[in-house]
Amino acid sequence: MTLAFLIMIQNLVLFLIGFPALAALILAGVPNNNFRNRLVWVFGLIILVVSVVLVVGFGSISSEMLSFHSKALEKVMFYGEWVMSLLILVLSIKHKKLAPLFLVVIQTSLLTWFELGYGHQLEAANNLFVDKLSLVMALIIGVIGSLICIYAVGYMKEFHEKQHPEIKDRRALFFFILFFFLSAMFGIVFSNNLMWLFFFWEVTTLSSFLLIGYKQNEESINNAFRAVFMNLFGGVFFAMAIIYLFLTTNTIELNQMLGLGGLVMLPVVFLSIAGMTKAAQMPFSSWLLGAMVAPTPVSALLHSSTMVKAGVYLLIRVAPLLGGTLAGLLVACVGGVTFIITSFIAISQSDAKKVLAYSTIANLGLIVMCSGIGTPAAIWAAILLVIFHAIAKGLLFLSVGVVEHKLHSRDIESMDNLIIKMPRLAWMLLVGMAGMFLAPFGMLISKWAVLKALVDANPGLTVVLIYGSAATLFFWVKWMGKILAVVQPEKTDETGISRSEWTALYALVTATIAVCLTFPLISRLMIEPFVFGSSTATTILTRGNSLIMIIMMGFVILFRFSLPKKDEGERIVETYLSGLNVDQRNAYSAPLGATKSFISKNYYLSKYFGEKNLSSIGVATSWLIVMLLIGSSLPWLV
Amino acid sequence: MADCYVINRELIAMVSIIMGLLYLVLGPLFGGLVTGLDRRISARMQGRFGPPILQPFYDVLKLFEKEQIVVRRSQNVYVYFYLLFIVFTGVLFFMGEDLLLVIFSLTLAAIFFVLAGYKGGSPFSIIGAERELLQMMAYEPMVLMMAVGMYMATKSFYVGDIVTSPAMPIMLLPGIFIGLTYVLTIKLRKSPFDLSTSHHGHQELVKGITTEYSGPALALIEIAHFYEVPFLVGFVFLFFGSHWLLGLLVCAAVYFLEILIDNTFARTKWQFMVAASWVVAAIFGFGNIIILSLLG
Repeated sequence: MTLAFLIMIQNLVLFLIGFPALAALILAGVPNNNFRNRLVWVFGLIILVVSVVLVVGFGSISSEMLSFHSKALEKVMFYGEWVMSLLILVLSIKHKKLAPLFLVVIQTSLLTWFELGYGHQLEAANNLFVDKLSLVMALIIGVIGSLICIYAVGYMKEFHEKQHPEIKDRRALFFFILFFFLSAMFGIVFSNNLMWLFFFWEVTTLSSFLLIGYKQNEESINNAFRAVFMNLFGGVFFAMAIIYLFLTTNTIELNQMLGLGGLVMLPVVFLSIAGMTKAAQMPFSSWLLGAMVAPTPVSALLHSSTMVKAGVYLLIRVAPLLGGTLAGLLVACVGGVTFIITSFIAISQSDAKKVLAYSTIANLGLIVMCSGIGTPAAIWAAILLVIFHAIAKGLLFLSVGVVEHKLHSRDIESMDNLIIKMPRLAWMLLVGMAGMFLAPFGMLISKWAVLKALVDANPGLTVVLIYGSAATLFFWVKWMGKILAVVQPEKTDETGISRSEWTALYALVTATIAVCLTFPLISRLMIEPFVFGSSTATTILTRGNSLIMIIMMGFVILFRFSLPKKDEGERIVETYLSGLNVDQRNAYSAPLGATKSFISKNYYLSKYFGEKNLSSIGVATSWLIVMLLIGSSLPWLV
Repeated sequence: MADCYVINRELIAMVSIIMGLLYLVLGPLFGGLVTGLDRRISARMQGRFGPPILQPFYDVLKLFEKEQIVVRRSQNVYVYFYLLFIVFTGVLFFMGEDLLLVIFSLTLAAIFFVLAGYKGGSPFSIIGAERELLQMMAYEPMVLMMAVGMYMATKSFYVGDIVTSPAMPIMLLPGIFIGLTYVLTIKLRKSPFDLSTSHHGHQELVKGITTEYSGPALALIEIAHFYEVPFLVGFVFLFFGSHWLLGLLVCAAVYFLEILIDNTFARTKWQFMVAASWVVAAIFGFGNIIILSLLG
């Protein structure tokens, strides 16, 4: 690797970390909405292009350490952490929230003590690094992240000007946080210095906190504080992990920690707990559900496609150390419990965003489970899940956001006839849903990989995947059916959706299908070399199986295009209603001259899959496992 | 040695292509005949004489002669793709492909059928579609456990490897065999689990999921059911590895048992169906997997 080459990579990495922050500052300073919106397009596209250039141009590298040093930057981080803590402190006092206040005090005192006491020794040889996993993550952040920012331009305009005139227009702040957040995400995936990683980690916590509270009504404020509380809880574990690691091994570098093998389990376990809070695993999952009060681009960007992925990113990093240990098994169990419980609960939900949130938590659970297993096949499956989930779930959130604005409701039961009301959006939702669970789409491929990895490593855990998938199938298909069913005549009206929204939606639909067609290539070039050290043919995706999947995809695409556009001579009649139909399709004439109409509603089975009972079971079980997990890592206990 | 390997691989490829083609042609004939026999045996059980064995074929031919009536112009496309993916599933199975892929393809086909029901738009077909979904949720875990069990018993997910394996998977998988037989009743749309579409009209659901389908489209649904039979029976056959004769005998016995069950039990509620299938899968299926993994 030549020096010039390394410098080029380093510059691109620094650009990706630095530029969004700079863009954020500029956006914050622009008072004019129209001008700011244009800038968002430009900045978003720049980030998108640069992240693609980095991955396409340097995708062949295996792992490069970057010894970038900057005293100024470290000062900014040191004071930045103080400023962030102070901000949370002030807001907690203002809204009289004691719990987050308590955690922020603990965390800040811990870190201040650590940095003042050992500051001069806290030197990392390599602050940054790039490897295939960081490149995959960077591509997700760069492409999906910037598309969501572009979508937000149109969405937030509609949000403030038409939908919620009562809410104070703080779009400058909104885009400031959104772009600043992108910076932090790039920082997380490229940091080798754990102190840096932690700083960026806390920036995402703060962004999430501020964006959840964006509407500033009581519900959003409460939910924002719940989110910050749980993420700070994880943050405290993160800080303890760093401090313990430094005090026992004198290093604060990720690669050195991973190089220690299983010698020091405590930091690995504590980092896993931090990862699980960020990835909204049970028992910490409630914050992500509360986060759904935020405007939809926030849910898409932070709470499904990227920020929660930072949690599982950390877990995937430490997965090789977790594999085969008791701690690893316990981590896998937390993921497993989360997956099955939240998949069941999703059946009983009719709020579209809540279904998406539960499904997000469930899929993160699967990724956590794979990380806990820690075998190469499991890690491979975990990375596939990260990629496919980010795209399809992003698409689903963005579509639901637009549908919500048009229908003034995000209840799935209000989506009757959507296929004729808003055909293009309905198809986007259908593609997104198919992408979540159906062959030959991405998430099914990943679940297949998970199943295969589990059978080889720990067949007992397959039970979670098997039952959970049956539930997954049920709640997605009934939603699909709702959209497709036409129970009464309706006019098509898809106007009033902005160009920025369509752009992001079309890009994500294309991506959802494209990754399914190209995944063997993605796997061979990016994931297999990272996981197995070389391009080995994985046993799951033999060439034959990949070919069959591609043929199936061909059929599915053919299906979309074989739907008739005009009459083909069939006789069209009204639906059968056990009586004489009256005008509309949903009414018939009943005895004694009465007209009876009907409403079709989906099954939610809330008696069996209700949120309350199931989540208390899940929370209790997972707390128990987390306690065991902490216990298993304490050196004076083992 | 290397030559021998190459020839062997070519031979396997040839055989699997021939098997796939044979399924395409003979599959529906077999399925139709089994259905005809099923109706005759059922009739005898009920003390009737019953229709000719070839009656299912006459029914289908008759349906093709009828006028095509629809509620929505697009509804039949869902049926075409249901049939297409059922056939695709069967071809994969008989070509000896990955069992998991077979299951996923079958799920995709079944989902097209469910969506066809929703597309019908009448309250009867929508409830039928949702009940079909409940049925899928009920049988899916056990079917996946079968694949996992087969892999643990034969070290391969490939149907081709399983049916040529000298070991008899059933010796290791008795629990999974029982569980699969149980959920096969759902998959074959037999009472007590024929919740989504009744074979006998004039009940609370009219014709459930197929209420709005008639004429040629209904004929295609029937043909899809014909195509489904060989590989559903084939799942049972897999348990006997390369002991094909024994496998065939057990398949016949299991199918007879399903007919007997069909004629003995009244239709149950969905709550019982889902709970019972999941509990059976957990005890017999998962129990079997756990014991196998402990035996190592």
